[in-house]
Amino acid sequence: MNINTLTIDAARSLVESREISAHALAEAHYAQIAARDGAIGSFLTLTKERALAKADQIDRLAERGDPLPPLAGVPVGVKDVLMTRGERTTAGSRFLDKFIAPYDATSVEKLEAAGAVVLGKMNCDEFAMGSSNENSAFYPVHNPRDITRVPGGSSGGSAAAVAAGFAVATLGSDTGGSIRQPAAFCGVVGLLPTYGRVSRYGLIAFASSLDHVGPLARSVKDSATLLEVIAGRDPHDSTSAAVPVGKYSEECGRDVKGLRIGIPKEYFGEGLNPEIREAIERRIDGLRKAGCEIVSVSLPHTEYAVPVYYIVATAEASANLARFDGVRYTTRSPQTKTLADMYRRSRDEGFGAEVKRRIMLGTYALSAGYYDAYYLKAQQVRTLLTRDFQDAFTSVDAIVTPVTPTVAFKLGEKTDDPVAMYLNDIYTVTANLVGVPGISLPCGNNSEGLPIGIQILGKHFDEATVIRLGHAVEQEQQ
Amino acid sequence: MKVTEQDVAYVADLANLELTPDESTRMVADLNSILGHIDKLNELDTSNVEPLAEVLSAFASTERKGSEKFAYAQRADEVKPGLSREVALGNAPDTDGSCFRVPKVIER
Repeated sequence: MNINTLTIDAARSLVESREISAHALAEAHYAQIAARDGAIGSFLTLTKERALAKADQIDRLAERGDPLPPLAGVPVGVKDVLMTRGERTTAGSRFLDKFIAPYDATSVEKLEAAGAVVLGKMNCDEFAMGSSNENSAFYPVHNPRDITRVPGGSSGGSAAAVAAGFAVATLGSDTGGSIRQPAAFCGVVGLLPTYGRVSRYGLIAFASSLDHVGPLARSVKDSATLLEVIAGRDPHDSTSAAVPVGKYSEECGRDVKGLRIGIPKEYFGEGLNPEIREAIERRIDGLRKAGCEIVSVSLPHTEYAVPVYYIVATAEASANLARFDGVRYTTRSPQTKTLADMYRRSRDEGFGAEVKRRIMLGTYALSAGYYDAYYLKAQQVRTLLTRDFQDAFTSVDAIVTPVTPTVAFKLGEKTDDPVAMYLNDIYTVTANLVGVPGISLPCGNNSEGLPIGIQILGKHFDEATVIRLGHAVEQEQQ
Repeated sequence: MKVTEQDVAYVADLANLELTPDESTRMVADLNSILGHIDKLNELDTSNVEPLAEVLSAFASTERKGSEKFAYAQRADEVKPGLSREVALGNAPDTDGSCFRVPKVIER
């Protein structure tokens, strides 16, 4: 058994055949974490007692020969923006350093109900705000492929742990690329479900019209299996969609012949690293050879997506983060005399620089006199962005693009320039604004051996086609 | 549009943030730089474009209109168990055992 490359199916069958117990499998992962996560920083909290109790429960089922659930004994991690009852849940923020979640997020509950063993909580940018994981209030995450580089963000710990062999798969969250971009930087698969496909109950909210929960994994099939488990309508989340959930793992291996693939010229222009362009063009060629029809499409408002995103996301964040007031969530500045003073000082001490910057930008965009110029304008351009996709999807089944303009950059390289950092999201934010599903998967390495990602976007609630194509792209590289 | 120190102080007040003088100086520069990029939106004429706040109602039920669009979000009005008082107060920095306790709201 090579623990670094273990897939869900392989892990489950080891446990089912009792070649290894779920308990021993979890311990083997903890041993890897103890030995090597000091240099990576992917975990914030280990939930060992809970994990081993779950593993033991699975082992008892296996001993009796009872049928095992789909993720039986599979060691996973969950991003620390998801609630885990009785466990520390920080969102990467000093503000929640001592916060103990009072309930489980629906996605976590579903994972465990399917037999997964939750090893711990993954490091992330504070409140999921960042593209490099350098905004974690605790410690940055290092990219396992090159520890001088960032793993991407904000689900950097989730991606790094899968790449480093610390967890077979993880959950992340994606508000503007936070699953797909770190997946690309670390050389793993990241799946963005359609807006509403997966419950956000128990997800610490960043920008509610853009937040998604989704999996990071070592293969397209693993990401599909996880989606099957976590997807579906949840009475606890009124924004979860009552749309039937498919058997996504069965899409892996289905023929892609005849599918029409759109290549949007706006995603291949200036600013895209030539090695990334070449790697993606090779994969597009592969799809053509597999019988796909390659069609040039236009998404004319693409260049406006980042400005729209940084208004909409920050406006919603400024409202969502108003709840951190020093009354309910562990942190209160000591010795404040008045209520107003307490709010201010608690927030000043609890929030990091990027979170304050986004609250300020969002509050500014919503403030009297600027609402029409910024917030309303951004919402109108959001309509234009969705029309771009509606138009494109009248002639194609899916759209193929890069995930990032460059490979993983060095720690510290962009921390002084927020605009440069934001522009890293240029190919990912639109999917969140429009609500379509997407996948980011490895498509080779650059000349320095760093991973390159390819993104496949689909129609609303058509994760099936995205997964089918993703699997074809993955297999072509085997 | 250029953000000034006064704007930053005003917005910080609205957001209940207390910024140090250094943070405030950096914030003026950062906001101007970010808004400079965002001003790109003014290249577009959006006078006849409807704003979009969220995508689910637009795509999950294209044939429905008005509040009908949000029928998926409705449920029966039934009382269900919630968090107990003890659990709800569990993360509070200060309580009297049954309520959150905060500094004095009204000064005498």
